[in-house]
Amino acid sequence: MKYSYYPGCSLEKNAASYHESTMAIAGPLGLDFVEVEDWNCCGATEYHALNQTAAYALIARNLAQATKNEGLDTLVAPCSACYLNLRKCDKYMATEPELAGRVSQALAEAGLSYKGGTLHVRHLLDIVYNDVGLETLQAKTTRPLKGLRVAPYYGCMIVRPGFHNGDDDPEYPVTLDRILTALGAELVDFPMKAHCCGGHMTQISEATGFELIRRLIKSADDYEADLIVTICPMCQLNLDGFQGAMNRHFGTSYHIPVLYFTQLIGLALGLAPRDLGVGSEIVSAKEALSKIGAEVEEAEVATPRQRRDDKALPMPGRRGEG
Amino acid sequence: MAEKVGVYICHCGSNIAGMVDVEGLARWAGANLEDVTVARDYKFMCSSLGQELIEEDIKKEGLTRVVVGACSPHLHEKTFRKACANAGLNPYLMQMASLREQISWVSSDKDEATEKAKALISGAVRRVIEQEELFASEAPVNPNTLVVGGGVTGIQAALELADAGYHVYLVEREPSIGGHMAQFDKTFPTLDCSACILTPKMSDVGQHESITLLSYAEVEEVTGYVGNFHARIRKRARSVKEADCTGCGVCIEKCPKKVIDDVFEAGLGYRKAIYRPFPQAVPKYPVIDREACTYYLKGTCKACEKFCPTNAIDFEQQDSFLDLDVGNVILATGFDMFDSTRLPQYGYGRLANVFSNLEFERMCNAAGPTDGKVVLRDGVTTPESIAIVHCVGSRDKKHNPYCSAVCCMAALKFGHLAIEKTGAQVYSFYIDMRTPHKNYEEFYDRLLAEGMQFVRGRVAEVTDAARLPGEEGKLIVQSEDTLAGRQRRTPVDMVVLMGALEPRHDARETALKFGISCSMNGWFTERHPKLDPVATMTDGVFIAGVCQGPKDIPDSVAQGAAAAARVMAMITKGTVLIEPVVATIHEENCSGCRICNNLCPYNAITFLEDKGVSYVNAALCKGCGTCVAACPAQAISGAHFSNEQIFSEIEGLLYDAISGNGAGHKVEPAGVPA
Amino acid sequence: MHEPSRRDGFQGEVIAATPGGESLLTCIQCGTCGGSCPSGADMDHTPRQLFAMINAGLRQDVLHSNTPWYCVSCYYCTVRCPKEIPITELMYTLKRMAVREGAYDDSKAPDFSRTFIRWVEDYGRSFELGLMGTHMIRHNPFGAFKIADMGIGMITKGRMAFSPTRIKGMDGLKRILAKAKQLEAQA
Repeated sequence: MKYSYYPGCSLEKNAASYHESTMAIAGPLGLDFVEVEDWNCCGATEYHALNQTAAYALIARNLAQATKNEGLDTLVAPCSACYLNLRKCDKYMATEPELAGRVSQALAEAGLSYKGGTLHVRHLLDIVYNDVGLETLQAKTTRPLKGLRVAPYYGCMIVRPGFHNGDDDPEYPVTLDRILTALGAELVDFPMKAHCCGGHMTQISEATGFELIRRLIKSADDYEADLIVTICPMCQLNLDGFQGAMNRHFGTSYHIPVLYFTQLIGLALGLAPRDLGVGSEIVSAKEALSKIGAEVEEAEVATPRQRRDDKALPMPGRRGEG
Repeated sequence: MAEKVGVYICHCGSNIAGMVDVEGLARWAGANLEDVTVARDYKFMCSSLGQELIEEDIKKEGLTRVVVGACSPHLHEKTFRKACANAGLNPYLMQMASLREQISWVSSDKDEATEKAKALISGAVRRVIEQEELFASEAPVNPNTLVVGGGVTGIQAALELADAGYHVYLVEREPSIGGHMAQFDKTFPTLDCSACILTPKMSDVGQHESITLLSYAEVEEVTGYVGNFHARIRKRARSVKEADCTGCGVCIEKCPKKVIDDVFEAGLGYRKAIYRPFPQAVPKYPVIDREACTYYLKGTCKACEKFCPTNAIDFEQQDSFLDLDVGNVILATGFDMFDSTRLPQYGYGRLANVFSNLEFERMCNAAGPTDGKVVLRDGVTTPESIAIVHCVGSRDKKHNPYCSAVCCMAALKFGHLAIEKTGAQVYSFYIDMRTPHKNYEEFYDRLLAEGMQFVRGRVAEVTDAARLPGEEGKLIVQSEDTLAGRQRRTPVDMVVLMGALEPRHDARETALKFGISCSMNGWFTERHPKLDPVATMTDGVFIAGVCQGPKDIPDSVAQGAAAAARVMAMITKGTVLIEPVVATIHEENCSGCRICNNLCPYNAITFLEDKGVSYVNAALCKGCGTCVAACPAQAISGAHFSNEQIFSEIEGLLYDAISGNGAGHKVEPAGVPA
Repeated sequence: MHEPSRRDGFQGEVIAATPGGESLLTCIQCGTCGGSCPSGADMDHTPRQLFAMINAGLRQDVLHSNTPWYCVSCYYCTVRCPKEIPITELMYTLKRMAVREGAYDDSKAPDFSRTFIRWVEDYGRSFELGLMGTHMIRHNPFGAFKIADMGIGMITKGRMAFSPTRIKGMDGLKRILAKAKQLEAQA
């Protein structure tokens, strides 16, 4: 399975481990990524705040460049912000004729063009869940993550605003949960799993930014997670990089390592931690990862302590639970 | 002999006169159109005085045809036909020209509008000359009625008819009648016990000599037309012989298999595999749920059969069928409740102490799964704080755009019951408080005085992720208090979601079965939302209660009674008029190809095997003309839409393109004042 | 005095500049957006309040509000709004309008965006060290000390780039962006 690949600026250095681990697991999972030629920054949320046409023209250049990969109509982005930008731009190029007209005129200045709907823009998590599939992941797992309590953290832009047809629920996503269960981890389904990490708020208002980070770390901690798994470099930077500063700000002493889901998949596939960029986290994952290879236990769905006796009233049936 | 046509141009106030030169038009028609004896204009033709103009002229001038240039025939064709009939002229010798909807309301240029009006009047005059007398026929009305749905609405309708001495077949799909109202604890605003006011009516139905109650039954198929419907009813097998069952209930007592009752108890309580939905069920006969019963699943047990003192259990019982002949149908099929798992941010189905409105009703009900105690999901703990969330699945473009009409009042009711039973602090999170009817606003006032707290803000999310002191172990309701202007996190023990009222999951199939339609939202479509809310576009089929749209019990009961009254009117009249604008197949020209049979959208055409020709049932035919156009032998004629009539109308419309008006009169546009 | 109709004036301007913006007219002020916003407690006005102010034509108050700058683009408001109003996109529109008119009170957030984009417009890629450096010096001079350990950690773990990367097609990108800005100014 071959795809166009847009790494995004973060994956070059700051989130290099995300890129490394993605490339490391690609082969074993049958994924072939062709990087977009001479791609540029997507502008994150920053350009939208300044100039609409320039913001979408900046993104559109990447879409246009991606069409140069012959025969590849799917563009994969591992970073949620890049993914949302590319997705929105592709959509508006089809549905907003005035904006699309201006963007097209701008692209023409460099001899480029892009028609909305040409590419399928998908997040890396979507590719792993839908194209690789849980069965394959399970079958290829040689080092099951038994004993490791993992909290799946989606953040916001991968599941919202949901231009797509049900990639995952915008309030209560489950695809990453299911991947972790397939890898043998003990799932920590904590309530803040789709809440926002705050993006760049730490640089605008420390109090606000750190508070948003604190809520997430606290929730994962309340649910006794050994480690948090992310699918976006900004989330990883906020939860990992700023964990120390957040602790200092609030006088707390959380220590929860934050890894990329591709790193965890790589570990489950039996790859060496070093080849997956493990060790580049600010909050060390050493202690947590020492748990893998511990005694075999049945993987359970983690829930807060519940009392059950026969006076208890039945719960309503869960809709669409797989 | 030449016809004498009267032409009447209506001003419709300024609706037509503001764009069309109505006076000039009348003068022009009188001067230029052949066979026009009288041409007048008048402010409001549909008024009594306007109608009298027509009637007078018919009598005095001996008019043989009438043309009225006014609004759309949808509105007043009946009016003007009646006026003609009153004066002794066959009503089908009248033709309307829609000067309003087809000209003045869609034009911006007065000259163009007036020219177009001339064409339409000219067309109408030429057409009406070709029209023929037609006579409506009568069909008898069967005095029996089919009422579908045994909730309070269906019960009301059935009793009204039965008390008047007319026979009613009441079909109900659940094992007992009572509907949703039987599930409630108290009803607003009087706080009457719901079962106490409903069960007497239920008993009446069960015992009434004029009501045949068909419970645990469904309507399979309906054919026929107003006054003469045939319905096939499937009586599902209860596995209990009604003739032998005394309703003692020993079978239920002895049954060892318990399952969650997700219909009557809303999933909050249990019932046995053999069960009655609730103690006051009418009829009293239990039903075996074959998907839960051990005998049907594994072939063992049979405890009910062993213990039944009258040997009334029959495991081999099959569904049976009944064919009924009725004159009218009343649909009172009610509603389904919104599934709140569709709003994951409220945690229903995931967070234990989030309840639906129906679950809370059952909890409050003294005969319910908690004996009327308000407790948390553990079945034991009394909540000290409760949040009631309004508009769950209502007023939401992603789910149902409409307001469900009853939830604000039900929320107030829940507040009162919760306060009375537990003394808890009760919050209501609302967008608007909708309390419009008699004593409703006063009920709101009462709850304010009882100390219920109201926060104006649609709930953003319900979470168990504690963040601030006092939130540990609680459910936190996150909202913006829009009146105070700030975000609020309200920790509570229990959350109740006021879910939307939705059409039954199979409402569209039901509509199809009875030949009526549903709106975009799935509610049955009434004939006119303001002036005819219980009738449908299908004569003889009426709708009542929530199946027509969300409403409270008083309105549902009123609609049930209204539908019954309409049916009674039909029955007492005894006959129904069949419109003569229908298709007729001329046997001598019919080759029996049967192309028309499947084209008819009303299933009005059948094939007569013995004669080898097709036949149109005039009572079912709506005169759409499809078969007329399709017949390759031109063997079908459509009354009131013959080729001569249509071609004449076209010639009339094109009067100024055909030299000399086709009848020797010259048109003088220059001399006619604009 | 004649008040401008809802489609004219400030509200009309905001709607016209936002894809899907017309649904703002159907806002019933339910407060779901305000209740959902994770940074709402730190905003001058909740999103809902801001829309009430836009409806009232309070242009200056709206553009000077810190609300859009505290929006983290989490899109909770957008997916929960019962009228499907594209709230996050409206926040971007307000940011752009405020920047165009210099109508913000606190320049921290606009400056951050501008600094970020300056690197992109010169190199085609973002440059974190440059961004953080410039931003901290101007807006948070002692902040650097607070996250010193993070900075050192990033460097020792090899996560910090010391110089920006330039894309090959920089000339083309410059032309694209120049044209885009010109067209935006005319729109």
